[in-house]
Amino acid sequence: MAKLKKGYLALIMLFLYAPIFVLIAQSFNASRYRGHWTGFTWEWYGALFENEDILAALLNTLSIGVTAAVCATILALVTAIAMRRMDMRMRTLFNGVANIPLLNADIVTGISLMLLFLGLGLQLGYDTILLAHIVICLPYAMLCILPQVLGLDDVCYEAALDLGASPFYAFRKVVLPELRPGIMAALLLSFVMSADDFIVTYFTKGAGIDTLTTEIYAELKLGIHPEMYALSTLFFVAVAVLTVLLVVNYRVLRKYRGRRQEVRA
Amino acid sequence: MHNYALRRLFGVPFVIWGVLFVLLPLFFVLQQGLTDAEGAFSLATLGEALQWEYLKALGLSVGLALVSTVICLILGYPLCLILREHRQQNGLLIFLLFLLPLWMNSLLTTMAWQTILERHGVLNMLLGALSLPALNIVNTPAAIVIGMVYNFLPYMVLPLYVAIVKVDNSVIEAARDLGATHWQTLRYVLLPLTRAGIISGCTMVFIPALTTFVISALLGGNKVLLIGNIIEQEFTAAYDWQLGSALSMVLMVFIILNMIVEFFTSAQQRKEAV
Amino acid sequence: MNSKFSLWRRALLAALLVLVPVLCAGCDMFAEEEEEDDNVVYVYSWGDYLDPEVMEQFEAETGIHVVLDEFDTNESMYPRIKEGAEAYDVLCPSDYMIQKLIENDLLQPLNYAQLPNARQYIGQDYLQQSEAFDPGNRYAIPYCWGLVGIMYNTKLVDEPVDSWSILWEPKYKGEILMQDSARDAFMIPLKMLGYSMNTTDPAQLAQARDMLIQQKPLVQAYGVDDIRDKLSSGEAALGVIFSGEAINLLESNPDLAYQMAPKEGTNAWIDGWVIPKNARHVANAHRFIDFLCRPDIAAKNFEALGYSTPNTGVRELVEEDMEDEELAIAFPEPEVYLGQETYQYLGEAADKLYTKLWLQVKTE
Repeated sequence: MAKLKKGYLALIMLFLYAPIFVLIAQSFNASRYRGHWTGFTWEWYGALFENEDILAALLNTLSIGVTAAVCATILALVTAIAMRRMDMRMRTLFNGVANIPLLNADIVTGISLMLLFLGLGLQLGYDTILLAHIVICLPYAMLCILPQVLGLDDVCYEAALDLGASPFYAFRKVVLPELRPGIMAALLLSFVMSADDFIVTYFTKGAGIDTLTTEIYAELKLGIHPEMYALSTLFFVAVAVLTVLLVVNYRVLRKYRGRRQEVRA
Repeated sequence: MHNYALRRLFGVPFVIWGVLFVLLPLFFVLQQGLTDAEGAFSLATLGEALQWEYLKALGLSVGLALVSTVICLILGYPLCLILREHRQQNGLLIFLLFLLPLWMNSLLTTMAWQTILERHGVLNMLLGALSLPALNIVNTPAAIVIGMVYNFLPYMVLPLYVAIVKVDNSVIEAARDLGATHWQTLRYVLLPLTRAGIISGCTMVFIPALTTFVISALLGGNKVLLIGNIIEQEFTAAYDWQLGSALSMVLMVFIILNMIVEFFTSAQQRKEAV
Repeated sequence: MNSKFSLWRRALLAALLVLVPVLCAGCDMFAEEEEEDDNVVYVYSWGDYLDPEVMEQFEAETGIHVVLDEFDTNESMYPRIKEGAEAYDVLCPSDYMIQKLIENDLLQPLNYAQLPNARQYIGQDYLQQSEAFDPGNRYAIPYCWGLVGIMYNTKLVDEPVDSWSILWEPKYKGEILMQDSARDAFMIPLKMLGYSMNTTDPAQLAQARDMLIQQKPLVQAYGVDDIRDKLSSGEAALGVIFSGEAINLLESNPDLAYQMAPKEGTNAWIDGWVIPKNARHVANAHRFIDFLCRPDIAAKNFEALGYSTPNTGVRELVEEDMEDEELAIAFPEPEVYLGQETYQYLGEAADKLYTKLWLQVKTE
C-alpha cells in the first residue's frame, strides 16, 4: 500500500513537472523553431537581457501584479471587517457579489470589463489592466482573509482599547499580527492569479502594452522567442530555490522547537 | 459598543466597487446582447446565438469540461488523502512541490504539452525507444482534456485538501473500529464530510474548462472548436460584439446555476453546523 | 466622542486608500491624451514588420520620433481606427482591409508630390495590382507583397507538387496544415473549382465549404504562424505558407521545398501604407512612407523580414548574397504573379456569410 501511494505521488509529480522540464530543455535549444533540437546553447540567456519587449512585459506583469495584489488585499480586509457585524442576509449578499468574478467565466469577466471601460470612455491600457486585475484578484483575497477575520476573537482587541489604545493602534498591534497568515496568503495568491491571467488581460489591454502572458500569446502566433523560455526557467529556478529555503528553514525551526520541548520535559 | 455600527462604513468601498466593477460590466454585456444594431431592444441576436453550430460547440465544450472535471476529481481525491497522511512529516514539502508548477506560465506549459504530445514529440520518442507503437494524441479532444486537467488540477486540489484536512482523525478511526472497510469509510464517512470541498472543487474546474479558448487552440490544432473560441472570434476577427455578448449571456446561465448550487450547499452546511 | 471621530477618519482613510489608486488611474488616462508633440509620427503596423534599425535611422536622419504600435490581424486593427480612439498617422493594413477603410471613408488621399521615392521606385505591376482595392492608387503605397503557396517536405512527399488538389490526397492524412482564417481557407477550394476568390455567390461558397468539410479529416491542424514550426520540425508534410515566410523556412530545414503558385491560381496579397483621415502629423507620415521607399531602406527591411518588395531598386542591392532558389521566391518572374487575384472587401453581409460557412466547417 505504501509503495502504491509513493508510486501514485511520483506519477502525479511526473505529470506536473513534465512540461516544465520540456520548457527548461527548450531554453537551451539552439534552434529558433520549437520541437526541433539542433544543439545546446546559452545564447538565449544573453539575448533575454537585450530583448526590450520581454523586459517591458516583465516589468508590467510585476508592477501590475504587486499593485493589484496590494489593492485587492486591502479592499478584502476592509470588507471582511465590515462583514463581521453584518446579519446573515447581508453577508450572503456581499459574498455573492464578491464571488461573481470567481464563478464567472474569465472570458465573460474580460469582455464585460472591456465593454465597461469602453462604455465609460476610458482608453484601454495599463490602467484598465490594473483595474481588471484587482477585480479578478479580489475574490481570491477574500477567500484567504474572510474566514480568518470572521474567526477573530474580539477579547484582545477590546482589552487593548480598555487599556487606552486607540482603535487604529489596537488594530495594528493586536489584530493585524493575528491576520498575518491570511494576508500573506491573499497577497501571494492574488499575485499569482494576476501574473498568470491571460484571458482578462487580453480583452482589457490596449495597443502597445503587453504583460508576459499577452506577449507570449502574441509570440505563439509568430513563433515563441526562445528568450521567453530562458526567462521562465530563471523565474522557476528562483521560486524553487526560495521554496527549498523556506522548507529547510521550517524544518530547522521545528527541530529546534522540538529539542527545546524535550529539554523542558 | 457604539463604534461597531461605524464599522459598517468599512463596507462602503466594497459596495461602490461591486456596483461599478462587478455588476455594471455585466449590465453592459446584457445591453449589448439584447439590442440590435440601432440600439433598440431585440431578441434577434440572442436567437442567432442559439443556432445549431453554436449549440454544437457548446455541447462539445460541456462534454469536455465534464470529463476533465471528473478526471481532476479522480486524480485529486486520492492525492489529498495521501497528503493528509503525510501532514506530519514531509507534508509541507510535498504540498509546495505540488504548488510550484503554478508559478510557471500556463500558456507556456500548455505549449510544452504540444511538444510532448506531438507526432514526433517527446512522448512518442520515448515510446519509440521502448519499441512501443506511437500515440496520436495531439489535435484531438483527448489532448484538450489533458491540457485542461493539467491547468485546472490545482483548482480541484486546493479546496479538496482544505476539506479533507478538516476531517477529524478520530472519526475515521471510529469507522475503522466499527469494522468499516477502506471503501466503506470512504463512501459513508469521508465523501459526505468533504462534500462542500468536492462541489467547490468541481465548479472551480468546470467553469474555466468550459470557457477556455487557449487550450483548445494550442492542443486542438483549431480543429476542435469550443464555445470560448467562438466568443473570442466574435470579439476579434468577426468584430460582432453583439453576437459575442449574446453568447456570453448563454454562458452566464452556468454561473447562475453555480451560485444556486453554492447557495444550497452553504445553507445545508449551516444547518448541519447547528 | 474623540474615538468616534478618529474612527470616522480612519474609515475615510481606508476608503480613500482603496479608491485613490482607482481615481489616479482614471486621471492618468485622460492626462496621457493631452501630450502633444509635433515632431513625432504615430505608426500602427503588423508585429515585426519594420526593421528596428530602419526606424533608428529614420529618427537620426529626420529628427522625427517614431511611436510604434503593433497589431496581429487586420480585424483587430480595424475597430481601433473606426472608433478613432487613437489618432495614428500611418497604417499598414492588407489589400481588402484598405478597401474597407476607403469605403468607410477613414483614409485621406496621398499627396504624391511629397513622395518622390515612391514615384520613382514602386513598380508599375504592383500599382496596377493595387488598383483592385485602391482604384487610381489614391490612398495606398504598396510595402510588402507575396503569394500563397504550398511548402512540403521532400522526404515525405516524392511526387511533384503543382496543384492544390494534393491537399485533398487521402494518403497524406494527418500531414496537412491549413491556414486558420475564413478567406484564406476558402480561397483554395474556390480556385480549384475555377471560381473567383472574391465570390459572394452562396451556391459557389457552399460548394467550397463542402470541399473543406470533406478535407477536414485529412488536416492535422488549422494554424497561423505555428504552421512554420511544424513544417520546420517535420511534424507535417504539407502546409499552406505565405511566400515571404518561405525563405527563412527553407534555410531551417534542407528537406523542405516550396511551390509558390499552384496551377489553379492563388492569392497575391499586398500590404500598403495608408494615412488615416484623423492623422495629426500628415507631413511626417508622408516623410515616413517615402523614407521606406528609398531603395537602401527597402533593402534593409527586405533582408530583415524576407517578404517580397514592390521596390524596383532593391534587387540589385541584395542579389549577390542570395541563392537562385531564394531569388526565385523573393523576386518571382512576372508571369508567376501577373493575373493572380487579390482579395477585395466584400461587404458586411458577405463577411458574415464567410464567417458562418467557416464555422460550419470548424464545428463539423
